[in-house]
Amino acid sequence: MTAVVRRLRWVVPYLFLLPGGLWLLIFFVVPMAVMASISLQTGSLGTGYTLTWNFGIYPEAISQFATQFLRSFEYGIIVTILTLLIGYPIAYTIAFRGGRAKNILLLLVILPFFTSFIIRTLAWKLILADQGFILGTLKSWGLLPDSFGLIATPISVISGLVYNFLPFMVLPVYVAIEKIDQRLVEAANDLYASRFQSFLRVTLPLSMPGVFAGSLLTFIPSVGDFVNATILGSRDTTMIGNVIQSRFLDFNDFPRASALGFVLMAAILAMVLVYARLVGSDELTSG
Amino acid sequence: MTATTMTLAATEAPVADYRPPLRARLSRLVLPVYTALAVAYLFLPIAVMIAFSFNNPRGRQNITWQGFTFQNYLDIWSRPDITNPMLQSLIVAVVSTILATILGTLIGLALTRYRFVGRNTTNILIFLPMATPEIIMGASLLSLWVSLGVSRSLVTIIIAHVMFNISYVVVTIRARLQGFDRGLEEAAMDLGADEWTTFRKVTFPLIFPGILAAALLAFALSIDDYVITSFVAGKTITFPLWVYGVSRLGVPPEVNVLGTMIFVVAFLAIAAQVLWQRRQARRQLIPSRAP
Repeated sequence: MTAVVRRLRWVVPYLFLLPGGLWLLIFFVVPMAVMASISLQTGSLGTGYTLTWNFGIYPEAISQFATQFLRSFEYGIIVTILTLLIGYPIAYTIAFRGGRAKNILLLLVILPFFTSFIIRTLAWKLILADQGFILGTLKSWGLLPDSFGLIATPISVISGLVYNFLPFMVLPVYVAIEKIDQRLVEAANDLYASRFQSFLRVTLPLSMPGVFAGSLLTFIPSVGDFVNATILGSRDTTMIGNVIQSRFLDFNDFPRASALGFVLMAAILAMVLVYARLVGSDELTSG
Repeated sequence: MTATTMTLAATEAPVADYRPPLRARLSRLVLPVYTALAVAYLFLPIAVMIAFSFNNPRGRQNITWQGFTFQNYLDIWSRPDITNPMLQSLIVAVVSTILATILGTLIGLALTRYRFVGRNTTNILIFLPMATPEIIMGASLLSLWVSLGVSRSLVTIIIAHVMFNISYVVVTIRARLQGFDRGLEEAAMDLGADEWTTFRKVTFPLIFPGILAAALLAFALSIDDYVITSFVAGKTITFPLWVYGVSRLGVPPEVNVLGTMIFVVAFLAIAAQVLWQRRQARRQLIPSRAP
């Protein structure tokens, strides 16, 4: 009896994996395949779809929405760079100078993000409003012309994205910097490196895995986002997410919407691979 | 090596009455001041949200300050158009958190404690949902339901939430399990405990804080999800969907009231967890200090 049990021990990890793995397979992998097949079908929601291997939908959809695609990637890159510039010093300060308050400071950074994503973005709409308490006050003091406005511009959309995805940069960078052995920095200083040099030659290279993870976690959701562009933007700031969402939910244009979704996925994947080459990190799945 | 020791020896003596020049002292302040400003920036929309939850606007626009009132907090309870979406969100969050935590914990245990064929594939399968834009997951699930002819409801929302939460649970559990001392389990087995007793009395209590942290994260992600939910909800309205809907006509103060309440609850939950962990840490410290 025990011999049989012992021989069957190799099944145990698979039993643990089975329920969750199946869930991901059925509700993550299979839907992707379904979406791929829908993108190659023709028909309408009313009459039903038939698979016609209509690959022509891809170039058609790309050229039709090239502006939105390019805009999304442009915003995504700007947002990633800005969150890195804003977030890195925060992560650095908490990790190296936080002392006993480290955990509390980290919680302070995360806490605002426990309110609803939509409500936070709506609050930014209020803050950036043309006659809101910031721009309105500046205008009443004569510091800004009456026609000045931020809302419904690329600036408001990008600032919303930067705000909403900042913790996705701060947390991984913090984890990477926190792991750095402080004695390495002290050694660099002892060897007459200036504080800036020791940062550039020791801390920064050692924190690159965090920068890499943080950039991905910021870039991917901001390229695909449509909430910020809807709430803070205008018709001139429409992103590819807005197009996909409205094609699916308002127009019921499933084949085209699926094709757009696939192109977005492929484009993001390609950019991630190029970036991985550039940064030289293969720590994607580890950790 | 010798150079380092020499510099150390040379700088150590005068250190007692050494005061760095003013510029150096000011430059030490740059980062803390910057971080304080950054935290203020992070809390700015929260402050605005809380402030305008007490506003008393005329009409539906809640943009300028018109006067202080508590009325918004009293009114929402008798508004089923607000309480129903909140209830739906709570049901989705509770059910999907429980399911995702169980499934994710099992995967996390398998990944950290066993070597098996297919481990790397599993790692990739776990990583992919976190690296996929939400809109793609929402859209592909919608594709699935439409082609199967399944009508969308609370069930399809819960299925979607469990799906995107599993990965986050696995990652959290895995991080906690990596520092796990297997010797403790072996000790229990050596003392005659069978595997189930060992799991119940040793393993589970040790990984419980990790499970709790994972469940909190899953709950927070679930109750706030808009993008994926908007694709799979059908006619069901969860709280984020309701907020998004009413905000198109101007944001009523009720939105801020509920946002404030969620923030307060999240704050209390986190504070409680931090305090509990501190107490646990202190408890573990005391016996180790004894000789």
